Amino acid sequence: MFDLENLSNEAEEASNAASTLEDLTQVQAQFLGKKSKLVEAKKVLGNLPAEDRANAGKEINEIKGQIEQLISDRKSALQESEWINKFNKERMDLTERLRPIDRGHLHLITQARDELEDVFIGMGYSVAEGPEVETAWYNFEALNIPDWHPARGNFDTIFVDLGEPEEVMLRSHTSPVQIRTMESQEPPIYIVAPGRTFRTDSADATHLPAFNQIEGLVIDKGITMGDLAGTIDSFVHAFFGEEVKSRLRPSYFPFTEPSAEFDISRSDGSWLELGGCGMVHPNVLRNCNIDPEVWQGFAFGFGIDRLVSMRYQLDDIRELVVNDARFLRQF
Amino acid sequence: MKVLLSWLKEFIPDLDHDPEEIGKRLSALGLAVESMEVVGKELSGVIVGKVLDLRPHPNAERIQLVDVDLGDGEATQICCGAFNMQVGDVIPVATVGSILPDGMEIAQRKLRGEVSNGMCCSASEIGLGDDSDGIMILSGNDPEREWDIGGSVSDTLGLESDVLWDLEVNANRPDAMSVSGVARDLAASLGLPFRFPMDRSENPKSTFEAGIQIDIEDPTLCGRFLACIVKGITVGPSPQWLQNRLIHLGMRPINNVVDISNYVMLELGQPNHTYDLDEIKGSRLGTRRAKAGESILTLDDVERNLSEIDGVIVDGDDNPVGIAGIMGGASSEISESTTEIIIEVAWWDPPSISRSVKNLNLMSEASMRFRRGADYGINMERSLNRAVQLLSETCEPEVSELMQVDGNLPDTSPVLVSTERVNGLLGTSLTNEEMMDLLQSIGFECQEVIPEGEDGSPSRDDFQVIVPSWRWDTQTETDLAEEIARTFGYERIETTIPRGPFTGQLSRFQKGRRTIREILIGAGCDETMPMPFLAPGDLQNAGLSNNAISISNPLVQEESLLRTSLMPGQLKIISYNQSHRIKNLKFFEIGHVYLPSEGEQLLPDEREYLSISITGGDATEIVALLDLISSTMAFPNMQLNQQEIGGLHPARSAQVFVAGQNRGVVGEVDPRVLKNYGIDDSVAWLELDLGSILMGSFGKKKYKSVSKYPSSDIDLAFAVPADTSSASIEGCIRKAGGPYLQDIELFDSYKAGGVNEGVRSLAYSLRFQSSEGTLTDNEVSKLRTACISEVEKKTNAKLRE
Repeated sequence: MFDLENLSNEAEEASNAASTLEDLTQVQAQFLGKKSKLVEAKKVLGNLPAEDRANAGKEINEIKGQIEQLISDRKSALQESEWINKFNKERMDLTERLRPIDRGHLHLITQARDELEDVFIGMGYSVAEGPEVETAWYNFEALNIPDWHPARGNFDTIFVDLGEPEEVMLRSHTSPVQIRTMESQEPPIYIVAPGRTFRTDSADATHLPAFNQIEGLVIDKGITMGDLAGTIDSFVHAFFGEEVKSRLRPSYFPFTEPSAEFDISRSDGSWLELGGCGMVHPNVLRNCNIDPEVWQGFAFGFGIDRLVSMRYQLDDIRELVVNDARFLRQF
Repeated sequence: MKVLLSWLKEFIPDLDHDPEEIGKRLSALGLAVESMEVVGKELSGVIVGKVLDLRPHPNAERIQLVDVDLGDGEATQICCGAFNMQVGDVIPVATVGSILPDGMEIAQRKLRGEVSNGMCCSASEIGLGDDSDGIMILSGNDPEREWDIGGSVSDTLGLESDVLWDLEVNANRPDAMSVSGVARDLAASLGLPFRFPMDRSENPKSTFEAGIQIDIEDPTLCGRFLACIVKGITVGPSPQWLQNRLIHLGMRPINNVVDISNYVMLELGQPNHTYDLDEIKGSRLGTRRAKAGESILTLDDVERNLSEIDGVIVDGDDNPVGIAGIMGGASSEISESTTEIIIEVAWWDPPSISRSVKNLNLMSEASMRFRRGADYGINMERSLNRAVQLLSETCEPEVSELMQVDGNLPDTSPVLVSTERVNGLLGTSLTNEEMMDLLQSIGFECQEVIPEGEDGSPSRDDFQVIVPSWRWDTQTETDLAEEIARTFGYERIETTIPRGPFTGQLSRFQKGRRTIREILIGAGCDETMPMPFLAPGDLQNAGLSNNAISISNPLVQEESLLRTSLMPGQLKIISYNQSHRIKNLKFFEIGHVYLPSEGEQLLPDEREYLSISITGGDATEIVALLDLISSTMAFPNMQLNQQEIGGLHPARSAQVFVAGQNRGVVGEVDPRVLKNYGIDDSVAWLELDLGSILMGSFGKKKYKSVSKYPSSDIDLAFAVPADTSSASIEGCIRKAGGPYLQDIELFDSYKAGGVNEGVRSLAYSLRFQSSEGTLTDNEVSKLRTACISEVEKKTNAKLRE
């Protein structure tokens, strides 16, 4: 009636021909705008006889709907392709790593020290610290090592020019922290004391004149050597793994009695010596004004550098003090 | 201490355990096995040869040609790298086809054109001791002997297969510094009988009066002095079996008298000394402390200056003939012509010997035993008898009566032991009898105590122990508890875990330090940990004052001072890394510095410092890092006070104040310092007294409600002269902005044309906000004016219109 049959075909052709959203807006105006054939047709609708009007109106609406739909579809398609074009322009090669974010690295000794501290914190210990320069009292005498004692020679102590000769030294072990803790704190005491220690060892692949130890001290009522063995055992499980076993072997330290070395088992069935331990010598307790008839305790200690060296199989322990960035950044 | 299986067997006749098992037992007894090896393995093809001729190798300087007679009277040529033999010497030769104990197979070889038909061997190459220094001269100690040239070396030396253990003996085990002492422990552990075989043979009969005097002047030095005279000595080589044992245990055979002295010491743990009787003047051996200024030429041909710390043995003229417990004098040394000797066995006070060893810096096999505490009992006499017995294998000794004087000997009163206390220490539940059995197995005499004290009250002690004379170290109940634990077996103690009353945690200080480490690694800094030693000049080169504490006994000059700043160490690390072409370094360190103390305090003023260094960075970069730390840690009132600081760029350095205290420095390292350290890049530097900061208050953060009203932003730019800091301008703005100033940010700083020389433009972005309502334009405008006028009033800055 209005010659609208071809209109939707024309609109389809025109919208398909539109290659941009602007073109499509024009197509939309042409077929659905104020001057479009459909609007023109609607205007003359009132002139039709009543019985035809309904059908014609319906026809116009149908065609309008069809055209709206096909323009909308085309619009979606064009929008999509515009996104795709944009994306293609924005393409990035994500394997081009131009600006890496560098996180720094904790020194291996710090990592091991933190880990060891955390194991003992989990077992109810706190962390004690002390000075690195010590007097002969804290480094030796209070630890039951009088000046004539043969064991003194074994410490290869580094002395400093303060006080009388050999009165002040770089601590040769972390044990002075035991004394300082017992002097300043009432038992019960459950501490570990990590820190730097010093010996007159020339630096080589397995020795450093400055190295790190961690020391444990427990003073409480009724503490036994069985407690010592059990504590070493449970630390070894927590730090090295459930499959690793520990054992104590008789040894000698002036500040503990009985004294022991403790070993850990290796996968090949052999044992590796890790550190020393023992029951705190009554003289040491007395030196700190703790009554050995009431309180008993144990102490243990071992080297952190050696542990690190073993864990990472360092071929030269001096790597730990050279501070080559290529080494530090590996861990 | 080394021990041989065959030697142990002399004391434990029933010992037939597997060597591996014996090794394990020894370790479990606290005599840690450092090594175990089978020695004296059959040396097939290693024969006795005689050097006929020595010639230089025509084409090699370090090899000579040796002609040896291998029993056929012919000259067999061997190329040899050692030069210690002479024509006529008898040596071990590994012939072609033989295999040495270390697995080396000997073949005919050509060395630089000369044929070598075998190998001349060192002692260690034939598995006899550790001596690999030159070829073993079999005829060295015994030139008179008829040698079976061409015969087997094993047969000639009487080498037998044996097991050698090297044991680590702790300072509390004087007894275990001897074969017999190790055997005593081992026998107890295996439940086998232990005996001294020499006690079964007849002791030498004394045939004459000694005719010399012995005396102890200082009884605190010498506890017992035994001596006898032996005549009829012919100095010559020791029996081969005895030489072999000495070599296995690491000693070089010398002659029968010296070797036997050493043998007795190794076997019975009793150091002893032999004097040439003719060389002892005045028929006397006395003991006393040395006098200051006295000196003695010791056996090792060194003149030793003595002091009152040392002990001496003196002759009739009161002249020293030996240093007590350490080393004999050269004047009375046994020579080839010696025919009459004095044998001395003494017990010296262990602390005295220990002090003397340290004073003279002279360690010997004897002093190692005396300072641990030698046996002061019957073993002394046994040792004398044993020495005479062994001498009779090579000569016909006549022995004098035995002379003995005593000084102060250790207290031998019984030690009381409470079973309950020992069990309470060890975590065991042993009975009296079990403990006594364990102690008795290693020679401690035990006796039950009547269970009532003198006043009728029940005794807390269950048994008493008499400590044997060979365990000077053992004096208290705790000492005995250790012996009980050791003989019981540490591995048999049941393990338990103590449950302490505490929740373990780090201190606030320690947590703070860990947080700072985390901040820094998050900011890309690598943690360094150099040794805290400095070389002379390091501090001056860093523009710092030269007040470091020095080390009394430095290993090397480069490590002879204790650092007072982390800077020299860090600059060395940067220099090292740059020289390895590693750029963009961001390092931090947390470590101790040792400042000289003021006043009476003996120990240094030791502090824990933090340093950060950034290469290629400028001062603002490191201040930004300081701000990050300070804001994260909530350091109270962190402020910079810009001024010249030694070691830092004079125009780019500031003191860091926290809570009103000077806590460090920040800026850039002085380029002249960098030049001293060979660094060709800028280095931004921060050094804080972290320990002191963390000991103070920090980390306190307060809640402030977030305003729901809109905020207003304004920008202000000022022309700022060089003497005015951005911090002071910010301070004025904060003051004027009061509670309404939410945020202030410096977003631009430049020195450009239009601004006068030395004057810079600083532009700030300010955000105002109220918690009570939306700020009106008028209110914002008033705040703006207030900020500007405060800045202009208090500083020399002017608003840029």
